[in-house]
Amino acid sequence: MKARLILENGMEFPGTSFGSESAMAGEVVFNTAMTGYPESLTDPSYKGQILVATYPLVGNYGVPGEETEQNLHKFYESDKIAVQGFVISDYSEAYSHWNAEQSLGDWLKSQGIPGISGIDTRELTQILRESGTMLGKIVFEDQEVEWYDPNQDNLVGMVSPKEKQVYGEGKHKILLLDCGVKNNIIRCLLDRDTTVIRAPYDHQFNADDYDGLFITNGPGDPEMCKPTIQSLSKALEADKPIFGICLGSQLMALASGASTYKLKYGHRSHNQPVQKVGAERCYITSQNHGFAVDEKALGADWEPLFLNVNDGTCEGIKHKTKPFFSTQFHPEASGGPTDTEFLFDDFIQLIENYKGK
Amino acid sequence: MIKKVLILGSGALKIGEAGEFDYSGSQALKALREEGIKTVLINPNIATVQTSEGVADEIYFLPVTPFFVEKVIKKENPDGILLAFGGQTALNCGVELYQKKILEKYNLKVLGTPVQSIIDTEDRDIFVEKLKQIDVKTARSIAAASVEHAREAANKLGYPVIVRAAYALGGMGSGFANNEDELLKLATNAFSYSPQVLVEESLKGWKEIEYEVVRDRHDNCITVCNMENFDPLGIHTGESIVVAPSQTLTNREYHKLRELSIRIVRHIGIVGECNVQYALDPASEDYRVIEVNARLSRSSALASKATGYPLAFVAAKLSLGYGLHELKNAITKTTSAFFEPALDYVVCKIPRWDLSKFSGVSHTIGSSMKSVGEVMAIGTTFEEAIQKGLRMIGQGAHGFVGNRDIVVEDIDRELSNPTEMRIFVIEKAFEAGYSIDQIHDFTRIDRWFLQKLKLIFDLSKKLNQYKTLEKVPDELFRQAKKKGFSDFQLARLILKPTADEMDDVSFEVRKYRKEQGILPVVKQIDTLAAEYPAQTNYLYITYGGKKHDVEFAEDGKSVVVLGSGAYRIGSSVEFDWCGVNAVQTINKHGYRSIMINYNPETVSTDYDVTDRLYFDELSFERVLDIIDLEQPKGTILSTGGQIPNNLAMRLFGAGVPILGTQPTSIDRAENRHKFSMMLDGLGIDQPKWEEASSLEDINKFVGRVGFPVLIRPSYVLSGAAMNVVSNQEELEHFLELAAKVSKKHPVVVTEFIEQAKEIEIDAVADKGEIMAYAMCEHIEFAGVHSGDATMVFPPQKIYFETVRRIKRAARKIAGELKISGPFNIQFLARDNDIKVIECNVRASRSFPFVSKVLKSNFIQLATEIMLGVPYVKPSKSIFDLDHIGVKASQFSFSRLSKADPVLGVDMASTGEVGCIGDDYYDAVLKAMLSVGYRIPNGNVMISSGPMRDKLELLNSARLLTEKGINLFATRGSHEFLKANGIPSTMLHWPDEGVAPNVLDYIRNKQFDLVVNIPKNLTQGELANDYTIRRSAVDFNIPLITNARLASAFIFAFTRIDMEEITIKSWAAY
Repeated sequence: MKARLILENGMEFPGTSFGSESAMAGEVVFNTAMTGYPESLTDPSYKGQILVATYPLVGNYGVPGEETEQNLHKFYESDKIAVQGFVISDYSEAYSHWNAEQSLGDWLKSQGIPGISGIDTRELTQILRESGTMLGKIVFEDQEVEWYDPNQDNLVGMVSPKEKQVYGEGKHKILLLDCGVKNNIIRCLLDRDTTVIRAPYDHQFNADDYDGLFITNGPGDPEMCKPTIQSLSKALEADKPIFGICLGSQLMALASGASTYKLKYGHRSHNQPVQKVGAERCYITSQNHGFAVDEKALGADWEPLFLNVNDGTCEGIKHKTKPFFSTQFHPEASGGPTDTEFLFDDFIQLIENYKGK
Repeated sequence: MIKKVLILGSGALKIGEAGEFDYSGSQALKALREEGIKTVLINPNIATVQTSEGVADEIYFLPVTPFFVEKVIKKENPDGILLAFGGQTALNCGVELYQKKILEKYNLKVLGTPVQSIIDTEDRDIFVEKLKQIDVKTARSIAAASVEHAREAANKLGYPVIVRAAYALGGMGSGFANNEDELLKLATNAFSYSPQVLVEESLKGWKEIEYEVVRDRHDNCITVCNMENFDPLGIHTGESIVVAPSQTLTNREYHKLRELSIRIVRHIGIVGECNVQYALDPASEDYRVIEVNARLSRSSALASKATGYPLAFVAAKLSLGYGLHELKNAITKTTSAFFEPALDYVVCKIPRWDLSKFSGVSHTIGSSMKSVGEVMAIGTTFEEAIQKGLRMIGQGAHGFVGNRDIVVEDIDRELSNPTEMRIFVIEKAFEAGYSIDQIHDFTRIDRWFLQKLKLIFDLSKKLNQYKTLEKVPDELFRQAKKKGFSDFQLARLILKPTADEMDDVSFEVRKYRKEQGILPVVKQIDTLAAEYPAQTNYLYITYGGKKHDVEFAEDGKSVVVLGSGAYRIGSSVEFDWCGVNAVQTINKHGYRSIMINYNPETVSTDYDVTDRLYFDELSFERVLDIIDLEQPKGTILSTGGQIPNNLAMRLFGAGVPILGTQPTSIDRAENRHKFSMMLDGLGIDQPKWEEASSLEDINKFVGRVGFPVLIRPSYVLSGAAMNVVSNQEELEHFLELAAKVSKKHPVVVTEFIEQAKEIEIDAVADKGEIMAYAMCEHIEFAGVHSGDATMVFPPQKIYFETVRRIKRAARKIAGELKISGPFNIQFLARDNDIKVIECNVRASRSFPFVSKVLKSNFIQLATEIMLGVPYVKPSKSIFDLDHIGVKASQFSFSRLSKADPVLGVDMASTGEVGCIGDDYYDAVLKAMLSVGYRIPNGNVMISSGPMRDKLELLNSARLLTEKGINLFATRGSHEFLKANGIPSTMLHWPDEGVAPNVLDYIRNKQFDLVVNIPKNLTQGELANDYTIRRSAVDFNIPLITNARLASAFIFAFTRIDMEEITIKSWAAY
């Protein structure tokens, strides 16, 4: 079945459908990772976006099954595919892996998500790099769809749960404000003797009983999350440890009075180098974000914690005296490199320090 | 502050240690020089780029052994040493220098990874213990110090087991043992290479995955690339088809192994580059670390080329104390070197074997390396990459499908016991209806790879149903190109022409697809998958895209140079040197150089050597694709060996401007009939020859010229392609067993002149007039392939009249062919009679050797002539030289189990060295020691063959005795020596089974040198001689099989002592 990707600048890319034959629109972004399509596709941060894989061979190892562990999908980052569509170069119809239960195409079909292959994804990436992220849609011969600009929507509201849910029975009680959390963040916390209370993004938590606060990743513009910023501002007045990842980092910055801005085409890859400020230590990180913290706007109590080695953008902030820190990148990886998972240990250490006081 | 650094090279190219170390050494030297550090290089491999002017400050063409390295240290007084850039040779030498406290003695600092870390990775017990400390799993393994101990170990682990020698390069002396018998055989052999042998659990069938890891002194780590072997564990990674990045690993697997790599590298304390190899269970996430190489390796060269990340360059910088984040990404120039390349293509490495050059060799591929070179193909689909790669290896394949002449007798057997033909056996299996699961069960190759191959196969069947191009649906045609089908394959599958029509019909396909707008695009390798803008000139061509990444100037200011392709026996690093020098000359004269080559082991494929690098096929189709786009001023064919030369006529036919000697002249030299007629016309003599299509024809010819004759069949059944036969019986035997003779498959029979000297002339001409020349003399008499012979330059033992006659003939030939550029002619000389054996209208293997000994760059001159720019005619002549160069060959017989280590008319050496001496013996000795010979001080075994060789060796034998060396000889040689008053101990032949037996002495390693001269020149050699030669090789005893070479070596080391060998840098000559 033939399909086309159309960009808002009018360019068309004809290709072949390998997913669901349902036209979809969204914001087109590219990711340069070479593995981890099941993880990427289920990452709620991609909500509203059409994902382009620059690595051409996709589908090779199929898609794993639906097993759960501790009430979380064992192999996915959320309960369902988050993207609006998937754009690739060469689809591997046949797959091979001991852990695969179905093909990528069948999985996309089962969740109504279109996939298009045969695209010169390198050319497409160059266009997105030069003109910046833009809207796009995957359409079929007999099927059109209206443009959709996810930036107009409260995407976090769409992916955040409506109810609280509790995981684990560890000794540290973590309140996790879910703006679109990746399961591996919860797994990383649970591995460290915690109880995770997963709460909606707009949950007013200030009166809750918890040892540490975690602000998750999530899709879209951080300024959309007004209720989170409000409650977070209050939390910053107290002394309980706070750790934020990605959108969480941006929200912490906003709550502290700093500002954020949209990057031309964002960082979406498994190979982003970051350096710890004031040290020679660097880490390769997994990233997926379109907005960044403006570190020049940070208040006097705050300082950058990590900087991107390539373009110098802010990759995390910390409070100068209080146990608050954040990263723009993803220490929980999945997919991507695991170099910075130790930051979860640091967070637990801060909690222990706090409790010991 | 480090001011002067010594770098150890890897010496001659050999199986397991080849051109990749020229590439990594050159990059390291570049990195050091950029810092203003003086560099001293020891490497006897004169054909390399790293041993060229301007790469290192001082170059020593000396053996990379502690003895010579210490001499150089003493002389040069460096303050730092790099051990990681010269392969296992440099590493072993460095470890020895460290253990002997020589580094300490001279206060020499090891830069980069500390020696103790190297030892930790090389000694199996320490290694396993080290990894256990950080909870990293290794294969269960027991180190054994004796054969008996090895047997016990195997019983403990349970069969099958793998046996490997510690401290051996490329898996030498290792293999799988399924039972005790096999174990005992393997272990005995392995102990001849190493005092320690490892017996390990077999992980046969597991996936084999590698990571290239870099660490700086701040503990910053990256993995530049991971690679997956197409062939599962059990086949050495050097023997495997390898893809990058991994294709069948999930994110969890990829990053689990990545994390382990970094953990290992930190714990061991690497500073620089390191390779980690894993076995990964195909049915779970279980893994084992197989080995860690604390140095640049073949894999790291491949990873550099696969990703565009200059690993060796960066490793050298890190060894000086830089942090990764302080270095820039050499491709984008704006982003940091601390990152991990994101590929947006797939690369496929395929080894090149030359097993058919050897008689008796086992064709099975396994845990020990046999391949002599490799190619890397880049594509946007696996199918495109592998089909490109299978063409690139240059052994007649047109891709995965569309090949003829491949006969597989027993598919099941060949699938389960892989040979170098394995991938083509898979195609045959598809043809025979085998399912993917069946093939997987035999081969354990991951189904994903097999599924992809099946796609190619199915597509070929679809194409095969059509008879005309017009009928093939556009989409199918495009799909075929995306899946790597060449015009040739499409022509064969669709139009089904006869062999004679093939070229024309392939060209029709090209014309047709161009009309249809089915054209490839040029893409950049930019390390970041287009995330950041890159100005890189590192390019490949694919059908998996719609837009070119680069623009084409079409201003006639660019010049295309065709590279030399995969290293193989007969064509290796020397042509890379030629290509690089051509490119440098082009750049110097204000033209833009464009290199086309696909060999990841080369310097010419380093993207900052040329203005544009097309890492792609050297096929007619692809070269023409590039020329169509670039519209260059012209194309240079003559610096890349035989591959470009073979394209000459077709490129000419397509109207491509060729710089230098015109293709019609190339054809006149290459075509036997035309060349012969030309020589007759010029009044130049040649050995008599005839093309015969029946035994009667041959007999008639032999009746005229007499035996021996050289036979060159056009169709080879098995074994070597050429052979010398000395009598009727041998002739018939050879034709029966090895070659077919018929109208369709004629053989060329040539008179074989014995006891003749072989002399070569390397020269450069301008419009037919010779501007520079160099003459070399072979130490061995004609009959040893010129690529195996030991060459002396300038000649020491030829008549002036011979020189005059050779010059005259060369001048006539150059004039007749209107040669502009490099050429080489080989002559036979006996009593001042000269005969031309062959003429190559291109640079030859010895161009770097003569250029460097003469210190006059022949390729630079040739390129200037081809470009038509002003040049200076060199004034230096060989008579001005007061030093001598000797080029000696490196053989890799120890790797080629069962091959007869004898020299003949077909080339067998895998590499060479060139050393310069004050006199002949000085140079001979340096060269022989550089290719691994050792000066004997105890026992020498002589088995001296026919009478004339016995006579040849008589004086040598006397010199040995005078030096106090004990001679041992087989019966005939013993009697002969006795009759001439030379004492020797008589030993019985192997098959006599009586003591004292020559075989026992070899097995007990009681000889320092074995001289065994074959009785005649045929391959059907007596079993005894073969056994002596082969055992000498298997037990790692130096072996010489040519009487003239043996004499030269023995004369040299009996005349001068090790301590008297001159230690002079190249610049001092």
